[in-house]
Amino acid sequence: MEKRVLFRSSWLPWALLTPQLAVIIVFFFWPASQALVQSLQVQDPFGTSVEWVGMQNFRQLFSDSAYLESFKTTAWFSLLVATLGISISLILAVFADRVVRGAMVYKTFLILPYAVAPAVAGVLWLFMFSPTLGVVAYALEHVGIHWNHLLNSTHALTLIVMAAVWKQISYNFLFFLAGLQSIPKSLIEAASMDGAGPWRRFWSIQFPLLTPTTFFLLVINMVYAFFDTFAIVDATTQGGPGRDTAILVYKVYYDGFKALDLGGSAAQSVVLMVIVIALTVVQFRYVEKKVNY
Amino acid sequence: MKYRSLAACAALAAMASTTAQAQTEIQWWHAMSGPLGEWVNDLAKQYNASQTEYKVVPTFKGTYDENMTAAIAAFRAGNAPDILQVYEVGTATMMAAKTAIVPVGEVMKQAKVKFDPKAYIPAVAGYYTAPNGQMLSFPFNSSTTIFYYNKDKFKAAGLDPEKAPTTWPEVVAAAAKLKANGEKCPFTTSWISWTQLESFSTWHNTLFATKNNGFGGTDARLAFNSPLHLRHFDNLSNMAKQGLFVYKGRANAADVSFPSGECAMITGSSGLYARVSKEAKFAYGISQLPYYPDVEGAPQNTIIGGASLWVMSGKPPAHYKGVADFFSFLSNAEVQSASHKRTGYLPITMAAFELTEKSGFYKEKPGTDVAVTQMIRKTTDKSRGIRLGNFNQIRTIIDEETEQIWAGKKSAKEALDTAIQRGNEQLERFQKANKS
Repeated sequence: MEKRVLFRSSWLPWALLTPQLAVIIVFFFWPASQALVQSLQVQDPFGTSVEWVGMQNFRQLFSDSAYLESFKTTAWFSLLVATLGISISLILAVFADRVVRGAMVYKTFLILPYAVAPAVAGVLWLFMFSPTLGVVAYALEHVGIHWNHLLNSTHALTLIVMAAVWKQISYNFLFFLAGLQSIPKSLIEAASMDGAGPWRRFWSIQFPLLTPTTFFLLVINMVYAFFDTFAIVDATTQGGPGRDTAILVYKVYYDGFKALDLGGSAAQSVVLMVIVIALTVVQFRYVEKKVNY
Repeated sequence: MKYRSLAACAALAAMASTTAQAQTEIQWWHAMSGPLGEWVNDLAKQYNASQTEYKVVPTFKGTYDENMTAAIAAFRAGNAPDILQVYEVGTATMMAAKTAIVPVGEVMKQAKVKFDPKAYIPAVAGYYTAPNGQMLSFPFNSSTTIFYYNKDKFKAAGLDPEKAPTTWPEVVAAAAKLKANGEKCPFTTSWISWTQLESFSTWHNTLFATKNNGFGGTDARLAFNSPLHLRHFDNLSNMAKQGLFVYKGRANAADVSFPSGECAMITGSSGLYARVSKEAKFAYGISQLPYYPDVEGAPQNTIIGGASLWVMSGKPPAHYKGVADFFSFLSNAEVQSASHKRTGYLPITMAAFELTEKSGFYKEKPGTDVAVTQMIRKTTDKSRGIRLGNFNQIRTIIDEETEQIWAGKKSAKEALDTAIQRGNEQLERFQKANKS
């Protein structure tokens, strides 16, 4: 089946693309180029003295052992957020898809967290797990776990992963649910008549048909974990204990907005951009082969 | 977008008030929320009612760093406010921005308003004064670090509730007794860097950084790994291991644990008083910061926190006249004393302190004078204050590194040495960015 639309005139496709291109240029290419320019400068916060320093900002970053350490933290964090976020929401979507009564209520509750701002999500989880006044921390104490994300790195990382995943589940859930509901019922019914159980139906029919959605969500969740999670870290751990939860984007935010080190922050955002572009390319080249459209 | 709509609101408000036509409007951006925000609004109201030529318009812009970031963005866009409240950590950054600010001493001189920097409490004035004796920013809300303890818990543990521990060995001994009596959090502190390193240094007349703590130039480097500092952090580290010191988080996160009765002793800001006096359901005592009695020169004086008011550059002359007039109103001893009583911030001038004393306030609310008596001593070159570039980052680095001590991952020496090395990189960076 030929899906492509053929345009006879040569200017029409460009004209149709213009609005989108304009948006991309204004909101992506222009700021990105600004970041590139600033990453080569050192300037005081007020911008009264600007000095070109070439690659110095980058050299400084890569000679900082703590910065290199945060690549590892970021890799763990984004891996956990993407895999947990996708698998949990897939499970929830499959269940929600089967619910007959009160489906609307379940769906609403599952979608609700998306309306919560990341910083608020962070504070919410922080309160539940606060060693002093958190309900969950109190309950954990009773089963013998002394929760203290202020000094225990594993606890701190767990806390930001939970908050980040919880925040993203609704988005993933919506896409999975839509994906599941667009699978023709006849396929599933035919499989049932052939004697396939729910597990078999899921792996042989539903999941393969969901691969485009899963792939899309993998890219989106990666980008989310890399770029959108600084508010959660800022509200819960501020990168602590030590720098064990200081993921790359949090440092970009901290250095740029709190420390007013624009050059250093711009250099970091360039590094981050390169990583995400590389990851996206890898995903499209290798992971996409496993996707059936 | 947000700023633009705010500006639009301000413009609308200006049009609405017909009397404002002949008045010069002075924009004042601040970071005081809640009851402190009301205090700032009341000051402006009181000033506006006192004369007809100028109108001070206070605007709340978020936390200290949000306020500063907003003002810097506004400055870059050419819309800076006339007066900007900046926390003490931002002092070096503001000082280095020579073309962005006008020294307060200069503003007063130009406007021919009588202004005597010597009227101010030395440790406060010294903090905001340039080496040539010119006052750079106007001291506004200053606090300092003090010690609070829970008298009820002291009594229960068999300690004398009327005798606060004055030295660190006494704090350890008291903490041990409290712990033996079942207390889960005998001692904690907020603002690790401010209370345990910065104030600790000046209190023991020891340098926190070279070049007189940065007052001598931007080539200062950190020096808080002296034997005295190491001794103190080894001490704290041991306390943490034994459960005598419990870490409650960065910045002022620990504050809440004292008035709630969770922790029995705390070092924190004098500004915490407002909260303690309101929330604590137990008898509490306020006393000066503990020290090591065998250190020569200790106790010297503590340093200030809080914020000061900076005057931004590039405004019409009439604005500066108004700013000068407003500042001379704020310097008034009665205005100062009322603010001091209302907020728990320091009275900034000696006259205001004496006036408050005469009113019997300190007798009525014991402990409220501790902050002042810690500050009104003569300062030395080592205790005048700390003025370092990128200080905000240095404090975060200190948080990050000292957390490794409490978590048992690093020794005090390793942590302080790394903090110094990383902090010095920040200082070098600041020096480089502000060369011209």
